[in-house]
Amino acid sequence: MSGARIRLRGWGWRHAGREEWALRGVDLEIDPGERVLLLGPSGAGKSTLLHALAGLTGPESAITGEEEGELSVDGAPAERGRGGTGLVAQDPETQLVMARAGDDVAFGLENIGTDPELIGGRVREALAEVGFGHGPDRSTAALSGGEKQRLVIAGALAMRPRLLLLDEPTANLDPQGAAQVRAVLTRLAAESSATMVIVEHRVAEAVGLVDRVVVVEPGGGVVADGPPGEVFALHGAALAARGVWVPGHEPQAPGAAGSTGEALIRATGCTALEPLGPGVDPRRRRTVLDRVEAAVAGSATTALTGPNGAGKSTLLTLLGGLARPDAGAVRPEGALARVDRRDLGRWPARRLARHLGTVFQHAEDQFVTATVREELEFAPKRAGLDAGTTAAWVDELLQRLRLTPLAEVHPYTLSGGEKRRLSVATALSSGPAHAPDVLLLDEPTFGQDACTWAELVALLAELRGQGRAVVMATHDERLLGPFTDVELRVAGGGVAPAVGSGR
Amino acid sequence: MTGVLRRRNPAAKIIAALLVAAGLIPAVDPVTAGAVLAATALLLPFAGLDRRALLTVGLPLVLAAFSVGLVNLLFGESGPMTAFGLAVRLLAIALPGVLVALTSDPTETADALVQRLKVPERPALGVLAALRLIPLLAGHWRTLTLARRARGLDAGRNPAALAGQFAGKVFALLVRAIRTGTLLATAMDARGFGTGPRTHARTSRWSGADTALIAGTALVLVAAHLLSVRLGTWRLLFS
Repeated sequence: MSGARIRLRGWGWRHAGREEWALRGVDLEIDPGERVLLLGPSGAGKSTLLHALAGLTGPESAITGEEEGELSVDGAPAERGRGGTGLVAQDPETQLVMARAGDDVAFGLENIGTDPELIGGRVREALAEVGFGHGPDRSTAALSGGEKQRLVIAGALAMRPRLLLLDEPTANLDPQGAAQVRAVLTRLAAESSATMVIVEHRVAEAVGLVDRVVVVEPGGGVVADGPPGEVFALHGAALAARGVWVPGHEPQAPGAAGSTGEALIRATGCTALEPLGPGVDPRRRRTVLDRVEAAVAGSATTALTGPNGAGKSTLLTLLGGLARPDAGAVRPEGALARVDRRDLGRWPARRLARHLGTVFQHAEDQFVTATVREELEFAPKRAGLDAGTTAAWVDELLQRLRLTPLAEVHPYTLSGGEKRRLSVATALSSGPAHAPDVLLLDEPTFGQDACTWAELVALLAELRGQGRAVVMATHDERLLGPFTDVELRVAGGGVAPAVGSGR
Repeated sequence: MTGVLRRRNPAAKIIAALLVAAGLIPAVDPVTAGAVLAATALLLPFAGLDRRALLTVGLPLVLAAFSVGLVNLLFGESGPMTAFGLAVRLLAIALPGVLVALTSDPTETADALVQRLKVPERPALGVLAALRLIPLLAGHWRTLTLARRARGLDAGRNPAALAGQFAGKVFALLVRAIRTGTLLATAMDARGFGTGPRTHARTSRWSGADTALIAGTALVLVAAHLLSVRLGTWRLLFS
């Protein structure tokens, strides 16, 4: 079985209701068995091109819009499923359909009408191919992120695709999960004869898998095409300037603070149980954090690290006074204790927001108004600042985070990077001193392009320089370098200073 | 013997529960419904149920039945017997439904609906896929609550502020749910869902015991009606 041949001639796509073309005038030919990395700045329509190749765009499909030019897979218009095309997207959570692992792999086979006699064998084969460590009856809910994504890949492989499309397949995983998936993809690249197209803005993740790099331009077509070494030598710097993570051109984080300030928050003997909810037995709730100790100091960056699900976010919400521990206490110290001596979880929300700012992983979760400007005015107004001062401060923030032209749009319509900048800005907009004493961030750099990353880190370094405490739950290796003053590792229910921390 | 109900084909259980509802809706006397309820209760030890799960679903049902009875007793015009009958009937119709839900595996139920009851694939599998997302949405709701506190929003005891905040959270959750649902639908489409006739990796098996369950249910219903006629308590709706 050989790979599929892809051919695009003057191809373009414009999403329904949009003025600009996502891509236009794309001329591209990919030979059977070629492995191509598709690169371009955010918003360059790379995912759209993958969806089009998977046959998911068009009048009767989930993704509607206007198409021009021609696109063919093996000389015929792209057709989903039956054309032997497999697609793996970022988040495994929204790609698994069934409750049991084996049933999920079988789902695609059932859809294309595979003889039921053959399905069992194909499922076992696909599970073995991705090194799935459990039986086919394993509950998909009980898998780690890396296992889930390998299951998604198995689901695609079971259909024996001649064209495999990968849309940032490791973006939503923690480092261990990403390593597992990378290992599977590396083996596939070496052994499979299928044509592969990968979209990935962190070049280092994918460059070892491909033999060709194609660069596209938002609203345009192919601007560079060739072997990886050649493309990066010629266009590396330009791509990096547009936010692509090119090896050798990555932005660097500033160094450590040198000396840390006084402690502002101290958690003692904190226990947190798994929250109640559907599917959780109230008598057998998992202990997420077990009598942990942690402290946060001013003028310093504290990083919370550890595998996904180990309780980094839970610890962050405890330290931020958003939730109360099931046992133990989270107390303010130093300057914060002079504001209110009570446990942080008992502070009124208004006071809390003035002194502690929390930035959530999904920026949308914390938007509470209908325009970018209102979003920034929200905290100063509640803090009782007069209209003139508020307007001046909001204008300054808008300017600083390059959001001025977007002041009147709905926060939900912003791009990923803009949403991140706005969510940080809203956390900074509160309080008489224009910023809280402590800023807590959950995976602040997650999924950000190199430009947003550099701006964000510069801003955090500046806040730290002003004496504030910066706390971040993260597994971004670049943030964990010299920029981190204290690293607390959260794993197995405990919290401990990481080896080599306290630089 | 435990798990006898769990092993029945979900389609048989659904048909039996619907049969009970159809057979009891016209009868408003406590004896007919009471006899069916007693027969269903006899099944409970063999359902292999978690007592806590039964209590969680059962308690609100008993409360609902109690309030239906009370309202009819206080404001109804048909007397205490009918009020009591309506309360018992509600329990007798609802309990089989609860048993179906608690003793059926969602995947097997979807298979049975599609293969045995010929329900179209798209809604059946759509609901099954959506079930996976419920714990995810519960997590989102928690995050939204924490995020409101982080922004300094604290409704306190002001009902207007509480309602406003609740509406805001519902909107945010809806946006997230739609986005998640769209991604899932795209992933399902990418795997060829809806491109033509499907085959089935799992076979929804029908055994003699499944037929017996339906026949038994019909027998119990007929017996309950006959018993009530015999006792002179039989009363139909609108009679």
